[in-house]
Amino acid sequence: MTEGYNFAYLDEQTKRMIRRALLKAVAIPGHQVPFGSREMPLPYGWGTGGIQVTASILGTNDVLKVIDQGADDTTNAVSIRRFFARTADVATTTHTADATVIQTRHRIPEKTLRDNQIIVYQVPQPEPLYRLESSRVETRRMHGLADYGLMHVKLYEDVARFGQISISYDYPVLVNQRYLMSPSPIPAFDNPKMDRMPALQLFGAGREKRIYAIPPWTAVRSLDFDDHPFRAINASEPCGLCGATDSYLDEVVIDDRGGRLFVCSDTDHCAERRAAGHIGKDGFAEAAE
Amino acid sequence: MIGLTAGFADPVQDAQRCFRSVLDAMSRPGRIATVAGVAPPAPLCVASAAVLLTLIDHETTFWLDPAAGAANAWIAFHCGAPSADMPRDAAFAFSLGLADLTRFNAGNHEGPETSATIVVQLPSLTGGAPLRLSGPGLKDSATIAPLGLPADFPAIWRRNRGLFPAGIDLILCAGNTLAALPRTVQVEEA
Repeated sequence: MTEGYNFAYLDEQTKRMIRRALLKAVAIPGHQVPFGSREMPLPYGWGTGGIQVTASILGTNDVLKVIDQGADDTTNAVSIRRFFARTADVATTTHTADATVIQTRHRIPEKTLRDNQIIVYQVPQPEPLYRLESSRVETRRMHGLADYGLMHVKLYEDVARFGQISISYDYPVLVNQRYLMSPSPIPAFDNPKMDRMPALQLFGAGREKRIYAIPPWTAVRSLDFDDHPFRAINASEPCGLCGATDSYLDEVVIDDRGGRLFVCSDTDHCAERRAAGHIGKDGFAEAAE
Repeated sequence: MIGLTAGFADPVQDAQRCFRSVLDAMSRPGRIATVAGVAPPAPLCVASAAVLLTLIDHETTFWLDPAAGAANAWIAFHCGAPSADMPRDAAFAFSLGLADLTRFNAGNHEGPETSATIVVQLPSLTGGAPLRLSGPGLKDSATIAPLGLPADFPAIWRRNRGLFPAGIDLILCAGNTLAALPRTVQVEEA
């Protein structure tokens, strides 16, 4: 472990402050609790909120997985994973099933999370009404009164203008039939996974200094209309590498002649399927390990 | 200060373990967790002492049940929390048995997180009248039978729950065990 830092980087007083905010967040599902966000050794926008939440819950027995858009091997994921390996000497993994704490940027793993796991979301903008009402005083009042008409008007205008609700990520949800909440910029495809999830879901927004949470088994409903029900959008093709038809896919440009490849965004899910012998149309058999 | 016992043996790791127990209990009402790592001063039990060490400090106003006044020096020394003259001024409180919840700050609709968290010390978390819990954190329902809560606790709790999103959150402690009742949980006689 790196000398000269407290366990998991943050000092104990900061952890206590964040822990108190987390407990209140769990007690009021979907409500944004203000907290004293600290300056972290990486810029805002790189997951400082998620990192502070993770640092406050992490213990020596935890196994940490970090994903960025579903991938374990992107810069943000690698650097955050290494940060905690160095400052907390914590075990890390890329396997969803082996992790006790999963910090994520903009995805929920395909594998169903368990009761004894915690998922920590990095949140750039915690206020779901931000684009409709820029005043925090006003949005706080709206949340206090559960006055979410403005969001329903926005969805209605989408239907009137485009014939459908045109939100493909950061799709607003209602938590426990009370609080309107931003699910962070996860694809709408992932929204149904939040509903009655067995794992505890924690959200940290560092720049905006807000923490919120969804306890396990809590109802999370994507806003919609009876005649325009919520639909999760995904690519129409199966994964090119593993052939999965039930996972969220990234579109990758593979040449300069218009070639396209659709692959699982969740790298662990894709690798596990390929290891189990599933091969997509652009894939190849894995070499025996 | 003569006779003051120590706080956590390992302040960083013990506080982390205790917090995860409290987080687990708050996320899953009725689940009983165990804590360790501290020799508590009378009349505090291990769990009460550990929870206070884990959650309160100079930033949290704290109200101590006068009946537990013997622990005042220990809490002041280890936590340094400014004491609240009146229960309604406290962010955290400790009471032997259930205190009158209406005397505490329940927060308001725009700032429900400003409400008090009360650490309620009971003789035992088992062996009392069974209560059925349901709500966020529970797949279906759970049963808990804490000993020492008033007989009309379900009615008291209904009033607290009626304040949602405002409301008081409770951490029940007995011996080395703890459980939590967040404001969202429904409590009925089982």
